[in-house]
Amino acid sequence: MSILNLSMLSLGKTSIVDHVEEVLLPDPIADRLRDLGFVPGERVKVIAFGPFGSNPIAVQIGSTRFALRRSEAARVILSSGS
Amino acid sequence: MSGSASLSISKIALVGNPNCGKTALFNQLTGNRQKVANYAGVTVERKEGSFITSANKKITLIDLPGAYSLKATSIDEAVTRDICMGTYNNESLPDALICVIDATNLRLHLRFALEICRLKRPMLIALNMSDIAKKRDINIDLPKLESILGVSVIPTIGTQKNGTKKLLKNIDTAFKIPTININDQTDLHVEVRKLLLECVHTPPNNTFQLDEKIDHWVLHPIIGPIILLVLLFIMFQAVFSWAQPFMNGIQDLTAWLGKIIADFLPEGTLRSLIIDGIFAGVGTTFAFLPQILILFLWILFLEESGYLPRAAFLLDRIMALVGLNGRSFIPLLSSFACAIPGIMATRTIPSARDRLVTIIIAPLMTCSARLPVYTLLISAFIPHRSIGILFNLQGLILFGLYLLGIVSAFFVALLLKKRKDSYNNTLLLELPSYRFPSIRNILFGLWQRVEIFVNRVGTIILTVSILLWVLSSFPKPPAGATGSAIDWSFAGIIGHWIQPFFTPIGFNWEICVALILGLAAREVAVTSLATVYSIAGVDSDAPGQLVHFLSTQWSLATGLSFLAWYVFAPQCFSTLAVIRKETASWKMVIITTCYLFFMAYFASFITWHITSFFS
Repeated sequence: MSILNLSMLSLGKTSIVDHVEEVLLPDPIADRLRDLGFVPGERVKVIAFGPFGSNPIAVQIGSTRFALRRSEAARVILSSGS
Repeated sequence: MSGSASLSISKIALVGNPNCGKTALFNQLTGNRQKVANYAGVTVERKEGSFITSANKKITLIDLPGAYSLKATSIDEAVTRDICMGTYNNESLPDALICVIDATNLRLHLRFALEICRLKRPMLIALNMSDIAKKRDINIDLPKLESILGVSVIPTIGTQKNGTKKLLKNIDTAFKIPTININDQTDLHVEVRKLLLECVHTPPNNTFQLDEKIDHWVLHPIIGPIILLVLLFIMFQAVFSWAQPFMNGIQDLTAWLGKIIADFLPEGTLRSLIIDGIFAGVGTTFAFLPQILILFLWILFLEESGYLPRAAFLLDRIMALVGLNGRSFIPLLSSFACAIPGIMATRTIPSARDRLVTIIIAPLMTCSARLPVYTLLISAFIPHRSIGILFNLQGLILFGLYLLGIVSAFFVALLLKKRKDSYNNTLLLELPSYRFPSIRNILFGLWQRVEIFVNRVGTIILTVSILLWVLSSFPKPPAGATGSAIDWSFAGIIGHWIQPFFTPIGFNWEICVALILGLAAREVAVTSLATVYSIAGVDSDAPGQLVHFLSTQWSLATGLSFLAWYVFAPQCFSTLAVIRKETASWKMVIITTCYLFFMAYFASFITWHITSFFS
């Protein structure tokens, strides 16, 4: 099974964060994602897709909801087998 | 280490995540004793206030911009970081910090609180929204939390009267230097998890069902945008129809006052100054206060309820089409009140380019100062007719004018867009829990607007009204002169002098006078028309007469052309000044002025010619 990231998760599905991947070096977006709680072991759920091109997406992590673009969500790698 | 009694504290800063209710807490602690200014060098709002503790000590309180982390990603987060660490120029290190956290969102907010603990400064934690946490059965073991962190944790309710009572009672002795052992290598999330496990008991089914239910519709790909449109549409209808009775009341009151004063004063220059200058000008502007307040009421309501970031989510992809960001929606929406706070609010946009484009198009959002002009001209030229049960034609036209501004803004942004759209910029926006807007906070916000408005009327508008009166009253026509007195005055001379430039778009010389004076404040255009025409022989203590006068004296084409001009209305000194300050570039100021001017001229030109052709 290939590596799954948050931008591939379907609507209403829940998964577990494995880690946040750096796309650039340094990657301030990756840092911010970690600060916002996208850390290993957290449950994350996709709660909505944007009305145009299903982008951005809205996710819930812990009790907080965030809107993020798919390019940002792609940095969040999910653990396989969840 | 934690000898709190020895700490001498006179300056405290409030820090916390965005959406932790920090500002409500600040308002409650300081009441009306607030000073709003900017930090030196950047236009990040610096809010300062003061209060007296139970030990009778005066404390200066600063409200720092909300931040998710001391690893700053925007200008205002950088300000918060620098002040907390004492590295900010011209701002001394605060004696103590109050870290505000949302009791219903501890997982996120405790992490930032730990970052603040790591600074090892005297501090305490205000556990805000403790009432909502209680309602949701979130059980927090305060003594345990306090002993692990080594700081006081005091429950507060920012939205309730007396919600800071406990904080105020303990503030003289509560500040301590945190004792928890964390350093730069500590994984704060791991610490937060430990804290949550040991001190917090949440019911197993702790997803907020209300949020889930509302978001199911509000973020829905089809229903969501419809809800957004309806909300905005009602907003514009409300501005026009709800405000009317209040406006009539204010107009009657000014007319009545003017009459009393007129009867009291002898005929002459002084009476002319007070009645034709001050009453015609200031009185006319005052009548628009209800509309401005209704507009703000809506914006505050949307802001307080937590809806605005949802709108940003819905609009992000469309805004990206023209190279913008969903985040731009919030500054652009506040630009409907006034472009100045709107332009300042762009500082929360992390991408420099997105921010610049947002600043450039912010003046195209119809600000509240244009509302008086719209209202006047719509009342004069658009029939008051109902369409269906819900709408009236005047409200629809008003909506159309706002829409025209928005469409033009998209067009301008599209022109500025870089060829390749990667859609890779960051959005990353928190969608906070829905809250029933606190009446206190909304009233507080409205009261601040009333103060700003009265201040503006009392200074800029009063000054310009008097200047206008001088320009239009002197010099007096020579004995035996024909024509009306205004033709001989400075205003008449200046108006006639620049009129040729505006003839192609159907403006008469009275409008030209209004345009020049509108440079200081856009709503003065109404004042100048009132003054110019009242001196030209119409008694205008009630703006209703001005409406009637315009509808009989101007052609429909001129009226509509002037409306079209005001969609773009390049003339506002304060906006240009704030663009200069925000971008630190004269080039941006010149670009903005020129493009607005050309669009205004072009729109008026087309409007005038088309309307003239059909009428």
